[in-house]
Amino acid sequence: MTSAASADPARPASAHRVGPLARQFDYWATAYRRTWKGSVISSFLLPLLYLAAMGVGLGSLVDHNANNDALGGVSYLAYIAPGLLAATAMQTAVGEATYPIMGKIKWNYVFHAMAATPLRVRDIVVGQIGYIAFRVGTTCAVFLAVIAAFGAVHSPLGALCVVVELLVGLAFGAPIFALTARLDNEAGFALIFRLAVIPMFLFSGAFFPVNQLPNGIEWLAYVTPLWHGVVMSRDLTLGVATLWPTLGHAAYLLVWGGVGTWLAVRGLTRRLIR
Amino acid sequence: MSHRDANVADVPDTSLIRARGLTKAYGAVMAVRGIDLDVQRGEAFGFLGPNGAGKSSTMRMVAAVSPPSGGELRIFGLDPAVDGPAIRARLGVCPQDDTLDPELSTLENLVIYGRYFGLSRAQCQAKAAELLDFVALTDRSTDRVENLSGGMKRRLTIARSLMNDPDLLLLDEPTTGLDPQARHLLWDKLFRLRQSGVTLVLTTHYMDEAEQLCNRLVVMDGGLIAAEGSPTELIREFSTREVTELRFAPDDDHEALAEKVADLAERIEALPDRLLLYTDDGEAAAVAAHERGLTPASVLVRRSTLEDVFLRLTGRSLVD
Repeated sequence: MTSAASADPARPASAHRVGPLARQFDYWATAYRRTWKGSVISSFLLPLLYLAAMGVGLGSLVDHNANNDALGGVSYLAYIAPGLLAATAMQTAVGEATYPIMGKIKWNYVFHAMAATPLRVRDIVVGQIGYIAFRVGTTCAVFLAVIAAFGAVHSPLGALCVVVELLVGLAFGAPIFALTARLDNEAGFALIFRLAVIPMFLFSGAFFPVNQLPNGIEWLAYVTPLWHGVVMSRDLTLGVATLWPTLGHAAYLLVWGGVGTWLAVRGLTRRLIR
Repeated sequence: MSHRDANVADVPDTSLIRARGLTKAYGAVMAVRGIDLDVQRGEAFGFLGPNGAGKSSTMRMVAAVSPPSGGELRIFGLDPAVDGPAIRARLGVCPQDDTLDPELSTLENLVIYGRYFGLSRAQCQAKAAELLDFVALTDRSTDRVENLSGGMKRRLTIARSLMNDPDLLLLDEPTTGLDPQARHLLWDKLFRLRQSGVTLVLTTHYMDEAEQLCNRLVVMDGGLIAAEGSPTELIREFSTREVTELRFAPDDDHEALAEKVADLAERIEALPDRLLLYTDDGEAAAVAAHERGLTPASVLVRRSTLEDVFLRLTGRSLVD
C-alpha cells in the first residue's frame, strides 16, 4: 500500500484530460459485451418476423387486392419496411430506458457508485443516452441491411435512415429515461408499453397511412415522435425525401430528445443527489 | 454568521473537513441540526450514534453527493456546492450499501471505477492488481461479484474506494452485517491504511469498532453532536473508570435496592436484571454493597467502555 501512503499523491496528468464520457466508455463496452447476444434476439429477430409476416405474407394480399394509391404506388413490403425500422428504433430505445435504468437506480446502485466519483449527473445521463443511441444505431443498421436485401430500399438515400433512427432513439430514450427516473417501481413500465409504445407502433403510420384514421386520432398520430420518424425513414428509403420537411421532422425529434435529456438530468439528480 | 465567514478567509485552514453550523433537512425532517466539525490530515475520525442520529446524512454531505441545507461546509478547503467533482476526485467512498455492479467481475468493478476518475487503463490494471492483493481477493479476480460473500464484497468495496489513492476515505458502517472473522479482517485492513497515513472518517454503531479504529470521535444524537473527544477522553468525561454490575433475580425490587446503595457510586442505573454502579473503584463499591446487606446473584467489576458513554449520551430507549 505504498501509494496510499503518500498523503498527497501526484495525480497522473492524464486524469484531467480524459473527458467524462470517455471515462465511461469501458463500462459501456463491458456491459455491451455481456448483453449483445441477447439483444440481437429481442431487438432484431422480432421485427424481422413482422417483416416476413406482414410485409411478405400480408403484403401479397394487399398488393393483389387493393388499390395501392394510398401507399404511394409502392409494394406493401416497401411501404412498411421503413416503418418497422423506425418502430424498432423506438422499441430498442424504450427497452434500454426502462428496466436497465431502473436497475441502476434501485436494484444495483450503479448510478450511485458513479455519482460518488468526479462524474456529474449530467455526465451519467449523457453517457447513458449515448449508449442507448449506440444500441439503436447498431440494431437499426443491421435491420436496414436486411430490408435492403428484401429489396425494400429503393434509394441510396435510405442509408441516411441510420441517422433518422438515432434521432428516433433519442426522442424516445431521453423522455422515457426522465420518466423512469421519477418512477418508484417497475409497475409503471406496463403502462408505458400499453398506453404509449404499442398504440404508437400500431397507429403512427408504420402499417398504413395515418390519414386513414378518424380525424382526431389522425392529429394525435402527427404529434407522436414515431410518426415523424416513420415518414422520414420512408421518404428516404423510397427516395422521395425533400429537404425542408425532413429537417422539420428531425427538429421535432431533437426537441423531444433535448427536453427529455434535460428532464432526465433533473429527475436523476433528485434520485441521486439528495 | 459573519464573524465565522471572516475566520474562514483569514485563517489558513488545513482541515480536510471543516463544518460550521451544518444542517440537513429532508422536507420538514431535520436530519442534521447544526454541527461543527474539523478533521485533520492523518486522523481516524468516527461518528458514533444510534440509527437516525444524522451520521449518514453528514457523511453524504461530506462525500459531496448531498447539498447542505444550511451552515458552511468545506472539504479540502473547497465548497462541495461549487467544486463537487474536484472534491470527489480526491475522496474514497465506501457506502453503507454495496454499490458494486453484481454482473461484472471483481477485477472489472475496480478497473471500470478507476476509469471514472480519469485514470488510464494501464494505471487501473496495475492499481487493481495491487488492491486485490491488499484485500486478499486476487484469486477471485475473475469471479462475478454476485458470487462473492458479504465480507468479500465489503473488502472489494474498500479496494474500489482506494482506486484513486484518496486523500480522505469515507466509510459508512463498514462492518455492519459481517461475521466476526470478516469484521476483524476488515479492521486489520483499515488499521493498515491508517498506519500508512490515509485519513479515515467512519460511521459505526459498534463501540469496539470505534475504540479499535478511531483516535477521535463524535457521538451524534438527534442530529446534533452530543460529545467529542478521544475514546479515553470520552470515557473519562462521561463515565467512570469502572462499572460494578450487580445481578439480581428479576422479581427483586431493583429501585429499592438502588436506593440502598445510592451514595456508593457517582451514578446508579437500575436495569430489569441488574444494577450498574458507576464508580472509580468497582471492588470497593461491590464490598460496600455487600455490607449494606445486598446479596446479588453475581457481581462483575469491569472497566468503563465507550458503550457506557454511548448509552449515557443517547439513552437506552430504542430510536427508529
